[in-house]
Amino acid sequence: MAEFTLPKNSKVQKGKTFAAAEGATNKRTFRIYRWEPDTGENPRLDTFEINLDNCGPMVLDAIIYIKNEIDSTLTFRRSCREGICGSCAMNIGGTNTLACTKAIKDVNGDVAIYPLPHMPVVKDLVPDLTHFYAQYASIKPWMQTQSAPPPDAERLQSKEERALLDGLYECILCACCSTSCPSYWWNSDRYLGPAILLQAYRWIADSRDEFTGERLDDLEDPFRLYRCHTIMNCTNTCPKSLNPAKAIAEIKKLLVSRAI
Amino acid sequence: MSMQSPLAKVRGLGSAKEGFHHWWAQRLTAVLLAPLSLWFIYNLVAVTGAEYSAVIAWIAQPINAALLLLFLFSLYYHAALGLQVVIEDYIESEWQKIAFLILVKFLLCLAGLSAAIAVLKIYLGT
Repeated sequence: MAEFTLPKNSKVQKGKTFAAAEGATNKRTFRIYRWEPDTGENPRLDTFEINLDNCGPMVLDAIIYIKNEIDSTLTFRRSCREGICGSCAMNIGGTNTLACTKAIKDVNGDVAIYPLPHMPVVKDLVPDLTHFYAQYASIKPWMQTQSAPPPDAERLQSKEERALLDGLYECILCACCSTSCPSYWWNSDRYLGPAILLQAYRWIADSRDEFTGERLDDLEDPFRLYRCHTIMNCTNTCPKSLNPAKAIAEIKKLLVSRAI
Repeated sequence: MSMQSPLAKVRGLGSAKEGFHHWWAQRLTAVLLAPLSLWFIYNLVAVTGAEYSAVIAWIAQPINAALLLLFLFSLYYHAALGLQVVIEDYIESEWQKIAFLILVKFLLCLAGLSAAIAVLKIYLGT
């Protein structure tokens, strides 16, 4: 059966508490998931009280502050700090989002931070995205053509054709949507998930690509595509405000068009 | 242990190149069921408390028998498609999945056929 409870060695236990320094006036509590692969211990939830006067406005600022000033073993991915690299995707206040674009003041109560749900954890807030990236590679995310490119020009596209890629090309593959999808939780071994299907549609929708039929062939599968049950968590959670559910619906519509 | 590459695992056995028919049939039956269910419930309420012979007479009318058969077909077909998805979603073990699929489809066929035979029996008056 699908797993509805955590296995014994994944049950989250109470962790350490780090109180804010005395005299802190602008305090905020962060509860952060910690797991070290080397100790053999269960994951734990550490509590950090920090003085917001000493750190920037975003959740990423807070966890960088914690790593620099309180506990240097706290492990997470981050790079661009402006919502374009997708590295700092994590579950903040119960929603998958980018730590760098999520303001601390937009989270109610204590700020709970977990790694992306239902992924193998490498350490602390770092999920193992190997399978996710392999799924991305499997849809051949590059232009495929039969006709040779013009020798002295780019492959042209009209303004209208280019406009079809809006809302698709902006995807940064942070995996927030896929890891918020219950269907992906239960069947990610075969279901491609919203992020990869949006990327697949990005190439299907590209007027310059000549392998649309083959791409649709590869997607038409009870698991790869049709595990999407329009739950809409993907669209709800996307930190870039994209609509993966719509992209999936467009793929399904194209499969109707070519059969009927 | 597996030394297979992540991409090999994802590509797996390849695309089944089907699934469209299932998806389309589920939507067609849903569209059929919307008005048919209303019609069925309306008439069920209308015949509540009526004489046995009156109910039989109602079913025996060709239009009612035809709509009832269509309703039963859509209902059981839709249920079979829906339950198949639920089973595929939540049951991981391959043999359990197949066993449940066979069992559920068999039971739904049996229930649907029995209901259809009951309607036909009344319609044909035997």
